[in-house]
Amino acid sequence: MGNAEMVRLEDLSTDRSLTGRKHVLSILVENRPGVLSRVAGLFSRRGFNIDTLAVGPTDDPEVSRITLTLDGAVHPIDQVTKQLHKLVNVLKIRDMDPETTVARELALFKVSAAVENRAEIVQFAEIFRAKIVDVSKRALIIEVTGSHEKILAFENMVRPHGLLELVRTGEVALARGE
Amino acid sequence: MRGADALMQALENEGVDHVFGIPGGANLPTYDALVDANLRHIQARHEQAAGHAAEGYAHASGRTGVAFGTSGPGATNLVTAIADAMMDSIPTVFITGQVRSELIGTDGFQEADIVGITLPIVKHSALVTEASQIPEYIHDAFHIASTGRPGPVLVDIPSDLIREEISYTPPTGPVELPGYRPILEGNQKQIRLAAKALANSRRPVIYTGGGVIRGNASTELREFCDADRFPVTSTLMGLGAVPADDGNWLGMLGMHGTRAANYAMDEADLIVAIGARFDDRITGKLSEFAPNAKFIHIDIDPAEISKNVPAHIPIVGDAKQILPKLTGEYKALQTDSARLDSWWTKIRSWQEEYPLTYEPGSDGEVKPQFMIETLHKVTGGDAYVTSDVGQHQMWVAQYYGFNKPRRWINSGGLGTMGFGLPSAIGAKVACPGEEVVCVAGDGSLIMNVQELATAVSEDIPVKVFLMNNGFMGMVRQWQELFWDGRYSGVENGSSPDWVRLAEAFGAKGLRCDDSADLEEMMRATLEHDGTALLDVRVSPRENCYPMIPAGNAARDMVG
Ligand SMILES: Cc1cc2nc3c(=O)[nH]c(=O)nc-3n(C[C@H](O)[C@H](O)[C@H](O)COP(=O)(O)OP(=O)(O)OC[C@H]3O[C@@H](n4cnc5c(N)ncnc54)[C@H](O)[C@@H]3O)c2cc1C
Ligand SMILES: Cc1ncc(C[n+]2csc(CCOP(=O)(O)OP(=O)(O)O)c2C)c(N)n1
Ligand SMILES: [Mg+2]
Repeated sequence: MGNAEMVRLEDLSTDRSLTGRKHVLSILVENRPGVLSRVAGLFSRRGFNIDTLAVGPTDDPEVSRITLTLDGAVHPIDQVTKQLHKLVNVLKIRDMDPETTVARELALFKVSAAVENRAEIVQFAEIFRAKIVDVSKRALIIEVTGSHEKILAFENMVRPHGLLELVRTGEVALARGE
Repeated sequence: MRGADALMQALENEGVDHVFGIPGGANLPTYDALVDANLRHIQARHEQAAGHAAEGYAHASGRTGVAFGTSGPGATNLVTAIADAMMDSIPTVFITGQVRSELIGTDGFQEADIVGITLPIVKHSALVTEASQIPEYIHDAFHIASTGRPGPVLVDIPSDLIREEISYTPPTGPVELPGYRPILEGNQKQIRLAAKALANSRRPVIYTGGGVIRGNASTELREFCDADRFPVTSTLMGLGAVPADDGNWLGMLGMHGTRAANYAMDEADLIVAIGARFDDRITGKLSEFAPNAKFIHIDIDPAEISKNVPAHIPIVGDAKQILPKLTGEYKALQTDSARLDSWWTKIRSWQEEYPLTYEPGSDGEVKPQFMIETLHKVTGGDAYVTSDVGQHQMWVAQYYGFNKPRRWINSGGLGTMGFGLPSAIGAKVACPGEEVVCVAGDGSLIMNVQELATAVSEDIPVKVFLMNNGFMGMVRQWQELFWDGRYSGVENGSSPDWVRLAEAFGAKGLRCDDSADLEEMMRATLEHDGTALLDVRVSPRENCYPMIPAGNAARDMVG
């Protein structure tokens, strides 16, 4: 069977499946009404779960960036990006490689801070290079910026002291280099 | 000119000659502009039917079908047709009126957020926010609906904007959209790899689908199958691409497919999927689907590849462009046709052992299968056949024997009862010189029976062959087989009197309840100069076999 012998059916394999890690997708979309609901609607219709989502303008006023994170252990990322690409208003999707990506999230923590443990909390904040942005009699608001993991770590530190409220922006990310 | 006049010019420039719809407050300006436009409006009697007619038009001709509806209920009535066109990849453009811009969001009279409602069931949609966008959005809509994987596009136009004065300049070149670039060509390396894999396959099956019809690739498909003696089967949506009398043809596959086709899939070592999307009616139990096979998957939509079944050799692109290259690459290899001998021997033995058969009727009983065979006979197997959804649909698929593409028009993905009559009207509009027949179910037909009025008053002669079993037959069958015969909600009773109903609409009504008269009655129906309905009283409790019970594997076929 001549040159066809180079391909044996036994040797063919598939490469779909779950990556098992967190993925950060950076999606450039046309800045038009309803684009966010198209993206969000696609996720809910296909049963994909978004862990975090951040939307904002880019340097081009006609283009917005949606950054979202999802779990590659549960969702075939390949299928997610292919479905996203079918949206006409989606211009570009980048599945950010964790090695070459700078990803940051901002979180505000409102912590109950009675006089006796206030010093300890301030100390945590310093270790995490967090900022105290509001002080009242019974509570502090602390701003933490960093990776998802850093914010989680800070949360674990302050929780025992009485975490009153927490708000997070969701991760945003850029690739290193040009 | 007004936005509405620009809309008409844009439609004309897209080559639109017919639109289907119903007017209302919000699209009055559009209907005013229609008076002077160079296109024919067909006034449907329900917007859902206008949508299905647009689909039937597109199915039959390959051109984009267009439907109009007013705001609110007009738009929501279109929803089923839009979903149907999405599921079956039918190129369609839906144009809805919307309330005045300043009323949007205020729960204004007949306001419905149709763009929001239809988000998950459109290929694309847009709400016009400035009158000047109207022509651009319309041209974009046609481009998106008809290229790549076809589908429905909705353009929602507020009634104040469509009255505004704008200027219109026809597009000078093709539409360019930065976020929309269908891939057509297919990767040459992958195509070569596929050819080599085929050359080493001893038990190949070609599994084709609606994509071959949508992509007008039937000739290319037949040439590919003839490159060697490749056994070929198709989904419900791909029937006619390979003629039913072709020597390589195995019959339809899937839930109500032939045993030969399903067993061949089960034992194949290599399956070439072409424009088919591994629907659950095909795969049944995924873990036991084609357990011995590797998969080559050719599809224009990258998201279909490895969606349900992982592909070993994915090829993204247009079947029409890819198949000749694949045929060429295959022919360039030194292949040994004899390697397929034992495979064919096996397939032939399945075909002989398990042909499609049924118990013939006695005492004049009209068997539904016999009804379809007779329809084939009286139409020379050459009609455009639409259907509703249910047993009759499956019997057409099994027994009509389609020999050409685009002749078989049905609702596969959504399975919309009531699709048959309006889609027949659309098909007849697209192909006025052809015989267009609708094989209807008694449960389904009544869902859009008002369209007899459209057919009669617009002078679009279609022939309805009603397979009247008095039941929601397909559901009755499931209740009999899988729910211990606990029948619930499946008896249609003796109402209406179909002959008188047809006559009331101004169509001809006929009835047949004896198999001896069937052929003659069918001929009389076809020969009638105008729309006619033949009420055929068939065996009420016949089941459609063979069948793979839902969620089972090919080997578990029953009947
Ligand atoms: C009562 C009932 C029973 C049914 N039983 C069966 C059954 O027994 N057997 C059966 O087969 N079906 C059956 N169906 C239909 C079934 O539900 C699906 O609709 C059908 O199987 C899907 O067909 P398809 O895979 O060809 O895909 P389609 O929906 O026709 O999709 C076409 C595919 O082709 C691709 N495509 C489009 N254009 C191109 C191009 N130019 N080039 C390449 N690719 C292209 C698209 O991206 C898509 O993936 C039944 C339906 C009903 C209502
Ligand atoms: C709009 C809609 N409602 C319900 C169903 C579920 N359903 C599928 S087949 C069927 C019965 C169809 O009856 P009929 O048109 O008489 O066809 P038959 O099976 O008897 O040939 C029903 C109710 C459907 N497919 N579509
Ligand atoms: Mg019935």
